[in-house]
Amino acid sequence: MHELSIALSMMDRIREESVRHSGTVRSAHVRIGVLSGVDSEALRFAWEMARAGSELEEAELEIESVPLRVRCPVCGVTRTAEIQSIACPHCVTPEQDIVEGREMELTALEIDS
Amino acid sequence: MTAQPRLVEVRSRILKENDVLARQLRERFQQAGVCVVSFVSSPGSGKTTFLEKLMAGLSARHRIAALVGDLATENDASRLGRACSQVRQITTGTICHLDAKMIAAAIEGWRLEELDFLFIENVGNLVCPSSYDLGEQMRVVLLSATEGEDKPLKYPTIFNTADVALITKMDLAAAAEFNLDEARRSILSVRPGMRILQVSAKTGEGIQETEAWVESLRAPQPKQHSDGYI
Repeated sequence: MHELSIALSMMDRIREESVRHSGTVRSAHVRIGVLSGVDSEALRFAWEMARAGSELEEAELEIESVPLRVRCPVCGVTRTAEIQSIACPHCVTPEQDIVEGREMELTALEIDS
Repeated sequence: MTAQPRLVEVRSRILKENDVLARQLRERFQQAGVCVVSFVSSPGSGKTTFLEKLMAGLSARHRIAALVGDLATENDASRLGRACSQVRQITTGTICHLDAKMIAAAIEGWRLEELDFLFIENVGNLVCPSSYDLGEQMRVVLLSATEGEDKPLKYPTIFNTADVALITKMDLAAAAEFNLDEARRSILSVRPGMRILQVSAKTGEGIQETEAWVESLRAPQPKQHSDGYI
């Protein structure tokens, strides 16, 4: 489980961003793609451990899961795909361009001012 | 006055530090002309044995260094050290993956421009290494014939984020009733178009082909070595 490492990196990012906005961080919003290698449940669990006893103890974690979206380079169709069957169902082109699904980003902070 | 919570939009990659460092490493490797290939797989799928074999062949023609990650022991570094000029073990303690910072620390003091290849053997793990860019040029995922053919379906992310798949221990395929076609189908469904090589470190099957593929990754311009030969 590497989600604890991810949670600790997340705290670094939150600290970096929150110094620009005075106040207490109430929640941190993150987007986690299905192809990011991060499990949302494990991340929630790791977040509880990471924030305990820190100045971010009160900060809740809001996770938005991002499904895999691919674009077919041949027929141009963009669609949501299952990771186990990526090939284009319309023109059967196997290789698809990944549009979304690799995200692992901090997107917003809710701050008490 | 009651505090009004406000939503501040930020856009920051969580692993920004790792990604930035990995990009710097990639640039350093490119400038030095060293081709860096990393290897990921579950524990026991034959990374070290395969690398020993691969490096034994390549070391006659190239200068090779290796980094090898494990939670504990220096055993793998001792094994790989017999086949290459420089090797360093990265013991991660409890950490289940290598990251860019560990790579940067491990290559400190090495003269990269004197190397042709740097092979990085990641910690045996099919999940965690997929999130961390190490600055490598290519990532190879190994699947042994003694594992299930559907492993790529169970661990799709690591297969999807790798560039090439190696099916190892092909000498055991018959004994393990390994279905090669099914394994290939599994790999291609999560990573369509992926190059798949079949190897056996024991019989030597596919090793030459893999050597040729690895050599093809080097820059098209032959490098002028410091001792004069091209």
